[in-house]
Amino acid sequence: MSDEMDTRPVAKSWIPGERGEQDRDAIGAADDAVVVDVDAGDAVADEELERLFEAETSEGDQELTLVEETDEIELLIERGAILRLPEDAAIAVDPASQGDAADAHFGDGETMIINLGPQHPSTHGVLRVMLELQGETVLRSKPVVGYLHTGMEKTAEELTYVQGATNVTRMDYLSPLNNELAWSLAVEKLLDVEMPARATWIRMLMSELNRISSHVMWAATNGMDLASTTMMIFGFREREMILSFFEKTTGLRMNHNYIRPGGVAADLPDGWEDDVSVIVDTIAGRLDEYDELLTGQPIFRERTEGVGIIGPDLALAMSATGPILRASGVPWDLRKSMPYLKYDEVDFDVIVGTVGDTFDRYAVRLNEVRESIRIIRQVVEKMPAGDYKVQDKKITPPPRARIDESMEALIHHFKLYTRGFEPPAGEVYASIESPRGELGCYIVSNGSNKPYRMHWRGPSFVNLQSVPALLRGSLLADAIAILSSVDPVLGEVDR
Amino acid sequence: MVDETTARAVTDPTSDDVPVSLVAELGELAGVAVAFFRGDEVLFPPRERYVAAVAALKAAGFVMCSDLCAVDYLTHMDRVLPDGVTGERFEIVVNLLSHSRRRYVRLRVQIPADDPVAPTLFYLYPGVENMEREVYDLFGIVFSDHPDMTRILMPQDWEGHPLRKDYGVGRVPVQFKEAPGPR
Repeated sequence: MSDEMDTRPVAKSWIPGERGEQDRDAIGAADDAVVVDVDAGDAVADEELERLFEAETSEGDQELTLVEETDEIELLIERGAILRLPEDAAIAVDPASQGDAADAHFGDGETMIINLGPQHPSTHGVLRVMLELQGETVLRSKPVVGYLHTGMEKTAEELTYVQGATNVTRMDYLSPLNNELAWSLAVEKLLDVEMPARATWIRMLMSELNRISSHVMWAATNGMDLASTTMMIFGFREREMILSFFEKTTGLRMNHNYIRPGGVAADLPDGWEDDVSVIVDTIAGRLDEYDELLTGQPIFRERTEGVGIIGPDLALAMSATGPILRASGVPWDLRKSMPYLKYDEVDFDVIVGTVGDTFDRYAVRLNEVRESIRIIRQVVEKMPAGDYKVQDKKITPPPRARIDESMEALIHHFKLYTRGFEPPAGEVYASIESPRGELGCYIVSNGSNKPYRMHWRGPSFVNLQSVPALLRGSLLADAIAILSSVDPVLGEVDR
Repeated sequence: MVDETTARAVTDPTSDDVPVSLVAELGELAGVAVAFFRGDEVLFPPRERYVAAVAALKAAGFVMCSDLCAVDYLTHMDRVLPDGVTGERFEIVVNLLSHSRRRYVRLRVQIPADDPVAPTLFYLYPGVENMEREVYDLFGIVFSDHPDMTRILMPQDWEGHPLRKDYGVGRVPVQFKEAPGPR
C-alpha cells in the first residue's frame, strides 16, 4: 500500500482545492500509519503549488490601478510622453486641443488607460504602449520599452573588435547588414584604414538589397495591420528572394556577420550579376502590383491619409530620422547629404513627403525601394575588380589555403581570432542611413583589443519618441496604422 | 590620442581641409577646449557652460540632437584630454547635427563621480528624452529638471547601473535558471 502511494505523481491537478479533495478521498481508504506519511508529503506539495501561484515577475505588480488609487509618480509615468512636450508643441500636434479642451480631460476620471502590448500582434515585437482614451480617441500615450533588453552594449565591452560584428548584427534583425556596416565604418575610422574599392561597392550592394528587404517586410506587416493579408504574403515573397541571395553570398539568411572591419567576409558568388538583376527586375514589376493593391485603393487611402501627422519642426525636435523625417518634408538622407561609401558616385533621388501622414510614410518607403533598385543597377554596372578586403594581415585573416603552407599566415590567423587587433586610443562616431533612419555607432577605444565603450544610436529607439505626438487625437483603430508606420524594430530599441 | 589628423571622407564630404573650428566662429563658445580626432570636432565645455554651449550651437544651425550617451572612464582615467580639461569619471557625450552645414559636432562634458548630476537638454531638444533616461538607467547620472527621470530599459526596481565599469558582467544570477517548471 505505502509503495503504491509513494509512486503517485506529485501534482495531479492545477487547482489546489480540487487536488486536496482527491487526495483526502484516497487517504480515507488507507490505514493510519500511511496517512501521516502522505500528509507530510502533501503539505510539501501544497506549499510548492502555493509558491507557484504566488510567484511574481521581477517587475512586480503588472496591472494598472485606478486613477484615484495611483500615486503621483506612477501617474506621471502612465500619462505619456506628450505631457512632457513643451506646452506649445503639445497644443500644436493636437487639432482638438484649441482652448482648454486638452486639459479638461486630465484627471476627471472619464478617460481610460489601456495597455497595447507587449504581447500584441500589431506592436511588431514586445512594444507596449499605454494609451489614454476618451471614448475611442487617443489622448496621451507612452511607449514602454525594455522587454527585450539583453545588454548588448555591455556585452560588446567583453568582445574583441573582430567578434563585435556578430553582436551588433543581432540588434536590428531586419537590416543586419546595415548594423554591420555602421560597426565596420566606426572601427575602420578608428583604425584609419582605407577600404579597397570593391569592398566598398559590395557593401553598397548588400546594404541596398537589405534596405529593399527591410522595406518590403515593413510593407508586409503594415498590410497585415491594415487587414490586407495579400500584402503580407507579397512582402514575404519578395523578401525571400533577397534572403536567398544573402544565403548564397554570406551563408546565412539573417545575422550574416558578412560586412566586417577591414572589408567583407567573402567575395560575391559567381554569376551574382544575374542573380541580382533577376531580383531587382522582379521586384520592380512587383512594386507596380503593390500600387494596384494598395496605393490607389480607397480603403487603404481612407485609413492612412491624414492619419498621424507630424510636421518638420516637431520631427526635427524629436530627433526623428529616416522615412518619418522625410515624409514630413525634410530632404535629409545621410547617403545624399553626407555620403559614406561611394554614394556620391551613384545617381538617386531623396524621396520626401508633403503632409507627414501615414500615407506619406508608406509612399516614401515604397519609392525608396525604387531608388534602391536604381542604385543596385548602377552598382552592378560599376562594380570594380580587386580585393574584397584590406590586405593587412593584422586586420583581416589570410586566405585559408595560405595557412597550410605559410607559418606566418598561420600565426596571423591565430592571433587575429584569439586576440584580434588593437586600434589606437580615441573615440569616433560613425553614422549611416539605415532603412529606419540614422544608425550611429560610437566607440571609445583605450588602445586594447576590445572596445572600452560601444554605444548604439538606434533609429527605432529615438523614433519611438514621436509616437505620442503622432497618436494624439487619433482613433484607437488608427493607432495601429500609425504604430506600424513608425516601423520600430524592438531588437534595436532595447538592445 | 587627440591629434590634428586631417579629415577623412567617411563622415564629411567637404573634408579636403580641416573644418573651421566652431569655437573660433561662435563668440559664446570662447574659451571652450577643442580637439580634432579623425576629422570630427570635439568640444569640452565644463558642466556649468554645457547648456549654454548647446544653446549657442543650436542657434548656429545645429537643430537636431543626434545622439546623447555617457561613458564611464573608471578604468581609463589616463585618457588624453586637451589642456585645461580635468578628466572626471563620467563623461556625457552629445552629437549634434547641422543640416545646413552638413556636419556633426561632438561635446564631451566631464561629470564627477561624487556628484553625478547634469542639466537636461530636454527644453532645447525634446528628442533627448529617451536618451537621457537611458543614460540615467545605465549609468546613474541624474539629469536635473528632466520631466521623467525613470528607468527605461531595466526594470523599475533594478539595483545598480549596469554600464558602470564597477558593475561586473554576470554578477546578477540568471533570473529563470532555477525556476521550477509547471510539473
